[in-house]
Amino acid sequence: MIRDSTDTEQKRGGLRTDQFSGLMLLALALYVGWQNRVYPVGTLAEPGPGYLPLLLAIFLGTMGLLIALWGARTTPLAAMKWTEATRAVVILIACGAATLALERIGYRLTVIALLIFFLGVLERKRPLPVALVALGFGFASYYVIGDLLRVPLPRSPWGF
Amino acid sequence: MAETFQNLLLGFSVALQPSILVYAFVGCLIGTLVGMMPGLGPLAGISLLLPATFGLNPIIAIVLLAGVYYGAMYGGSTTSILMSIPGEAASVMTCVDGYAMTQKGRAGPALAIAAIGSFIAGTLGVVGLMLLAPTLAEFALRFGPPEYTALLLMGLFILAYMSGGSMLKTLAMAAFGLMLGMIGIDVMSGYTRFSFGVVELSDGVGIVPVAVGLFGVGEILLAAGGAEAPKVQQPKLRDLIPSREEFRLSAGPIARGSLLGFLIGIIPGSAHIISSFVSYGIERRISRHPERFGQGAIEGVAGPESANNAAATGAFVPMMALGIPTSPVTAVMIAAIMVHGILPGPMLIQQQPELFWGFVASMYVGNVVLLILNLPMVGLFVNLLRIPYGYLYPCILCFCILGTYSVSNSVVDVWILLAMGGIGYVLRKFRYDLAPVALGLVLAPMIELSLRQSLAMSAGDYGIFLQRPIATTMLALGVVLLLLALKPLVFKGKDWRESVGLEKQ
Repeated sequence: MIRDSTDTEQKRGGLRTDQFSGLMLLALALYVGWQNRVYPVGTLAEPGPGYLPLLLAIFLGTMGLLIALWGARTTPLAAMKWTEATRAVVILIACGAATLALERIGYRLTVIALLIFFLGVLERKRPLPVALVALGFGFASYYVIGDLLRVPLPRSPWGF
Repeated sequence: MAETFQNLLLGFSVALQPSILVYAFVGCLIGTLVGMMPGLGPLAGISLLLPATFGLNPIIAIVLLAGVYYGAMYGGSTTSILMSIPGEAASVMTCVDGYAMTQKGRAGPALAIAAIGSFIAGTLGVVGLMLLAPTLAEFALRFGPPEYTALLLMGLFILAYMSGGSMLKTLAMAAFGLMLGMIGIDVMSGYTRFSFGVVELSDGVGIVPVAVGLFGVGEILLAAGGAEAPKVQQPKLRDLIPSREEFRLSAGPIARGSLLGFLIGIIPGSAHIISSFVSYGIERRISRHPERFGQGAIEGVAGPESANNAAATGAFVPMMALGIPTSPVTAVMIAAIMVHGILPGPMLIQQQPELFWGFVASMYVGNVVLLILNLPMVGLFVNLLRIPYGYLYPCILCFCILGTYSVSNSVVDVWILLAMGGIGYVLRKFRYDLAPVALGLVLAPMIELSLRQSLAMSAGDYGIFLQRPIATTMLALGVVLLLLALKPLVFKGKDWRESVGLEKQ
């Protein structure tokens, strides 16, 4: 288990990282167990579709509990640094928007828009390199993957 | 033995066809580039290339993907040695002494020894694969559902024992992966489980969105916004030749790393990562001058680099002989073969000798290609490292989306990719090992089917696992390892992870 926290951090009270993650796993296991109630567990001779998921939920819950119990000496949750978290969330939201757009406006337009957002807005690069990379990547990757390797990629309603 | 050589000749007649040679070269080239790029390890590289192999014949597909795999294993060492940035996790240990050598102006010999060690280890690994896989496959023909259940469970126990991080966390992640594998139609009853009304989830969760999400997107989310590209040394060809003393010091670590890596590679888990840590630990321990380690000892480059390449080859033994993946990479490769209607397993070597022996022979060729490709062209490759990460990661993300979408033309897969990216990011922040998730996902249907078949065979009697010698032996071995893994938890003793520099529990 992680014991890399400094003395000052160790003295700080509150929930620890492993206690938190262990409890989250326990919560997930309880949720899976709850969802699993609709599937027949069957008998030992003829296990049903709910048999293994239930075993796994019990196992995951136990592991989560043990991680939480053994996690008292890990870094305090409050001391964890999330410096990159905002950027990570923005990246995920942008990718989510691109996923929504992919089959609506086609691969090339989606990728060009996504790259313009990442390079121009998020990374604040100069307009010319942004345009060159976005257009170059969008068209070149479509040509290689879609045309040369014949992997079907979504086209825009305007045919490209 | 004569039969083996005859088969190998058949393999070379396949592998030396111009089209296969070209794809082996392309695979090694792509793999080297992928391995050098932080955020794109061998798994993400193979997953992204997977859709492009659907239209190829199965031999070419597997040769291409295997080339990417061991190409990436080598590529990762270049960034480790020149910039102290491991292109992929197995190269972490190479950073320590490799970068120290670079700072002393000995980057060239470090790169050369890494390449030579990788070549020797890769070649010896293929010899091991060639000799061991057919024997293991023949033995596995005796396996029924109880033996397969025991084998898969033993694999998970070994994974817990050998994991580089916390044993409890590894087991939790394996359970999480197995749970993901429960999503979709249950083949024995026809029930659709945990699909939440999403039709696409009836087919289950694919390995590609999960693997690329956890390892590709997750890594990018962690690294995005990081520092700009650092200055890179560009070694010239004449600087690459190691001294006689460096050759002498490297011989032992290369031999030990090759053997150790191959044996660890057969075991489930992040074998190539673990093998490099264990090799480094062993070399430091047996050295007469352990104080040199960390200051630029060439043994610290030779051992881990040989070990991770041998482990990459060793992982193909259970994949080819038993049809069981021991790592996320081999899981994706099994998916690549299955797309062509070929089922890896004990019958593969008998039914598809061209594929197996062609693959084995192509690995010999691939190792030579890597040596030729990497040493003279290293100066050219390092130019890639000059691209600022701000430009690189958006393109990698687009590749991740493109690769995942094109596997089954499904937007749902892309959503799974993004969800797994977010989960992978959070799990990495909390220091969970992600390989067991991908492994659990692939093993889940096999474990469920064989367990239920075993119980049906025995009318619900779990004693069936104790009545069959092979199953009993494998389960006993697994349980012993699990107990050994639990020992330091209970008795606060020192376990093997500490001695090789990994974290405990």
